[in-house]
Amino acid sequence: MTKRLLFLLPVLIFLVVAGYFLWGLGPERDPKNIPTVMIDRPTPGFDLAAVPGVGVPGLATADLGKGQVVLVNFFASWCVPCRAEHAFLTDLAEETGVPLYGINHRDKPEDAAAWLAELGNPYTRIGADPGRAAVEWGVTGVPETFVVDREGRIRYHHRGPLVPDVIERQVKPLLEELRS
Amino acid sequence: MRHGLLKTLACVLPLLLAGAAGAVEPDEVLDDPVLEQRARDLSAEIRCVVCQNESIDSSNAEIARELRLLVRERLVAGDSDRQVLDYLVARYGDYVLLRPPMKPTTYLLWFGPFVMLALGALGVFVYFRQLRAAPAQPPRLSAEEEVRLARLLDEEDPTKE
Repeated sequence: MTKRLLFLLPVLIFLVVAGYFLWGLGPERDPKNIPTVMIDRPTPGFDLAAVPGVGVPGLATADLGKGQVVLVNFFASWCVPCRAEHAFLTDLAEETGVPLYGINHRDKPEDAAAWLAELGNPYTRIGADPGRAAVEWGVTGVPETFVVDREGRIRYHHRGPLVPDVIERQVKPLLEELRS
Repeated sequence: MRHGLLKTLACVLPLLLAGAAGAVEPDEVLDDPVLEQRARDLSAEIRCVVCQNESIDSSNAEIARELRLLVRERLVAGDSDRQVLDYLVARYGDYVLLRPPMKPTTYLLWFGPFVMLALGALGVFVYFRQLRAAPAQPPRLSAEEEVRLARLLDEEDPTKE
């Protein structure tokens, strides 16, 4: 009996290893999708000046969690996915009425201003970040988007552009829940 | 031969040296050599969060540079190595460490190979024990066969002629 089980051992090992490889190759698994540790944390401390020539105020920790659910979006004019995401963000802010705050990451002010003039500015506040604020938020690159609740806690963190599928399935339901 | 070796060395050595220099730019280097060395050692342990498996010490990514500057700032401010790493882990999770910490979720990672080795050793041990338990020697020849064998050996031995 034990001997028969012993013969089954290689098959068992094979199944375990094969399962592991299948998981690794699965289309659902994105190795670039770095786990976030920011969920349910208070927003980090930062204080960013406005981007000159854009006409909206800067952004600091004190502006968040004032009884309002807000979206915070890291973007840059040199970032191609940000351009793709821009229209969806604009729609989302318009449709839901949730204030959209921007953090302009490592950008030249004149480039950022030109970019927003061309595509339209859905942001009610934009802070100019020379680099450190992104680290404070655990951001690895632009674009990344956060949902901050009324108490100033981070409730959602998305790496990469917000596309309609993600907005419909994840962001909108969460916004509704947080505002109800 | 020797010439070829020298040539190879001449080609490879600069590459090795370049590797050792990392991606640290001159303006990042601290004045205090002791602190700078600590920063270099720490940087080698910190993963560049956009380049998968490169340390921030060897990566040229913007974020790697930002993190290198941050590590140096914190060391100058008097942080211990542990505090610097904790600061980064608080923002990027264990992912930012190239050497994963030992905790229940990583036990399989740390001990898995040794468990496999032990299982293999156990298998080998069991195999040889069974081998010993089984009849180790073939049955002896009968008297008749002994005589035939002796005769055959005699015939084939040319010195006996």
